Amino acid sequence: MFEHNIVKTLKIKKAEWEKMVTSKLDRFPQRKTEFKTDSNLPVETLYTPAEISEFSYDELGFPGEYPFTRGVQPTMYRGRLWTMRQYAGFGTAEETNERFKYLLEQGQTGLSVAFDLPTQIGYDSDHSLARGEVGKVGVVIDSLLDMELLFMGIPLDKVSTSMTINSPAAVILAMYIALAEKQGVAPENLHGTIQNDILKEYVARGTYIFPPQPSMRLITDIFAYCAEKMPNWNTISISGYHIREAGSTAVQEIAFTLADGIAYVDAAIKVGLDVDEFAPRLSFFFNAHLNFFEEVAKFRAARRLWAKIMKERFGAKDPKSWMLRFHTQTAGSSLTAQQPDVNIMRVAFQALSAVLGGTQSLHTNSRDEALALPSQPSVLIALRTQQVIGYEIGVTDTVDPLGGSYYLEALTDQIEKEAADYIEKIDELGGAVAAIEKGFMQREIQHSAYTYQRQIESAERVVIGVNKFLQDAEMPKDLLKVNPAVADSQVEKLKILQNTRDQRQVADALRNLRTVAQTSQNIMPALIGAVKVYATLGEICDILREVFGEYQQQMLL
Amino acid sequence: MSKKRIRVLVAKAGLDGHDRGAKVIAQALRDAGMEVIYTGLRQTPEQIVEAAIQEDVQVVGISSLSGAHMQLFPPIVQLLREQGAVDVLVIGGGVIPGEDIPYLKEAGLSEIFTPGTSTEDIAKYIKERV
Repeated sequence: MFEHNIVKTLKIKKAEWEKMVTSKLDRFPQRKTEFKTDSNLPVETLYTPAEISEFSYDELGFPGEYPFTRGVQPTMYRGRLWTMRQYAGFGTAEETNERFKYLLEQGQTGLSVAFDLPTQIGYDSDHSLARGEVGKVGVVIDSLLDMELLFMGIPLDKVSTSMTINSPAAVILAMYIALAEKQGVAPENLHGTIQNDILKEYVARGTYIFPPQPSMRLITDIFAYCAEKMPNWNTISISGYHIREAGSTAVQEIAFTLADGIAYVDAAIKVGLDVDEFAPRLSFFFNAHLNFFEEVAKFRAARRLWAKIMKERFGAKDPKSWMLRFHTQTAGSSLTAQQPDVNIMRVAFQALSAVLGGTQSLHTNSRDEALALPSQPSVLIALRTQQVIGYEIGVTDTVDPLGGSYYLEALTDQIEKEAADYIEKIDELGGAVAAIEKGFMQREIQHSAYTYQRQIESAERVVIGVNKFLQDAEMPKDLLKVNPAVADSQVEKLKILQNTRDQRQVADALRNLRTVAQTSQNIMPALIGAVKVYATLGEICDILREVFGEYQQQMLL
Repeated sequence: MSKKRIRVLVAKAGLDGHDRGAKVIAQALRDAGMEVIYTGLRQTPEQIVEAAIQEDVQVVGISSLSGAHMQLFPPIVQLLREQGAVDVLVIGGGVIPGEDIPYLKEAGLSEIFTPGTSTEDIAKYIKERV
């Protein structure tokens, strides 16, 4: 990027300057003997064009153009800000419906549904394993009836809805389609995302049901169905967020996520889909953690690396297939229970890194999330944080404002290279599915998580309120509590539904579902048929459990 | 009593999949010289108690980050006591609001470790009591 002679002179000058600096270190010592990013990448005292001298501007390109390092849209936030999308859900569908309406009134621009764990694992509220979990980490959905209550008064053609649902994603999507039909909205007018990323569930998040093979079939069925009927729907959100939360580094986060992405593309091609038919609807989900510049670089590196993978490895022709569009959430695991108001600052910096990294949508965590589900006042501060970044501080006025920073570009290059090395390693193991079955990703993440904890305990890594600047503070008292009566009333609601629906229709629909599940036909129409006659999520997943079997977790400790 | 290694069962109660903390603590206790058995995800109170008795552990550490602790932790202590395991030390951790802790202690949990606790403190706590 810089003229050869200039760089040569610069290198000499920099070496002299470094010598001078080193000679004075006795008198002016640095805070640490070596500086590193969270991914263990060395950080130099100073970055100049010499550190990125090999670099060609083509590696950056223009926003909206290959390889999209600077962003996926030409004008980025000058056109439209990112979608401000707070993940929300607790208790019953009715309660969450109220929170959704509140968030929309406060200027939020998209919905994001959190489901409770029984829903995510395909159990109805009356299942013995649902004990204590109904309505806790999200809203409870047993049937289409609950979806109707959840979106009461919210026209589905006017919002985009993201749903964090993985193993039973096809069932919940079927409910959303059925609900839209009741509202008179055609599938092609639905906007939103289902997470639908099973591979990271095995590695980091834990809400798997079925083994990898039938799970991959459900995913490719969704790809095929949506390619035909739902052109505006993001069919998957390939997620590094939870990999990072489980303790990975930034490099591992994007390496494992893109490796998972490769596995999904491979699977879809294998069942006969054309890459350009489904790839434009793939989306991603990353974490915004504390090491500010490394995070900004990570987002840019991920975009560039994915573009190369899609173009070079898979031969995709449509530029939309090359684009890595992503949602970001700030790092939940970086929040402290101690001095919780300090979390507001952590979240703000993390959110800023996501914006400077070119995110398409963003969730900012609330200050009290190390203690409980967020209270309404805390959610409001979190949303306002995004609005301050978007409207008040000018970072949205030009595209990729940090692009060209010597440090940022050097980091972007390094992260891309290290992630590519990991992907190569995973290829050698036989791809992401095989690497997961061998426990490779799990072990790497566990190792990083343990290292991170040791660094905190040795105070090598400073955590304000935990190992430095401790303070005896009053704990907040206005935490959100899920009403324990939710489980009982939900079970009651479920019983009434099961006694009043047309049992013959349900039995027929479930029989049809079983037959289709046993073949290689697309499963979506059978699922839509079943949810429409109010077969419950648990009943549907039980059929699939019988046909597909259940995944047994690998014990690696 | 002979200086046998302390045996600990680290258990994930309920459907919660957040196992970073449980695994980090398991590894740290192992580094502190204890024998650690980790149950893996999605354990019911009955399964946890069965494993504790089968493995003959002195300590059970239960983790839940999904808010199900009030329903899932107390039955574990109760079942252990019912089955004669009266001396087993039961400790818990996770995303647990301070106001829930007195109830859990009343139910027989010796201590609740909340986010930010060092693994060294947990190891020390166990060694002082077993």
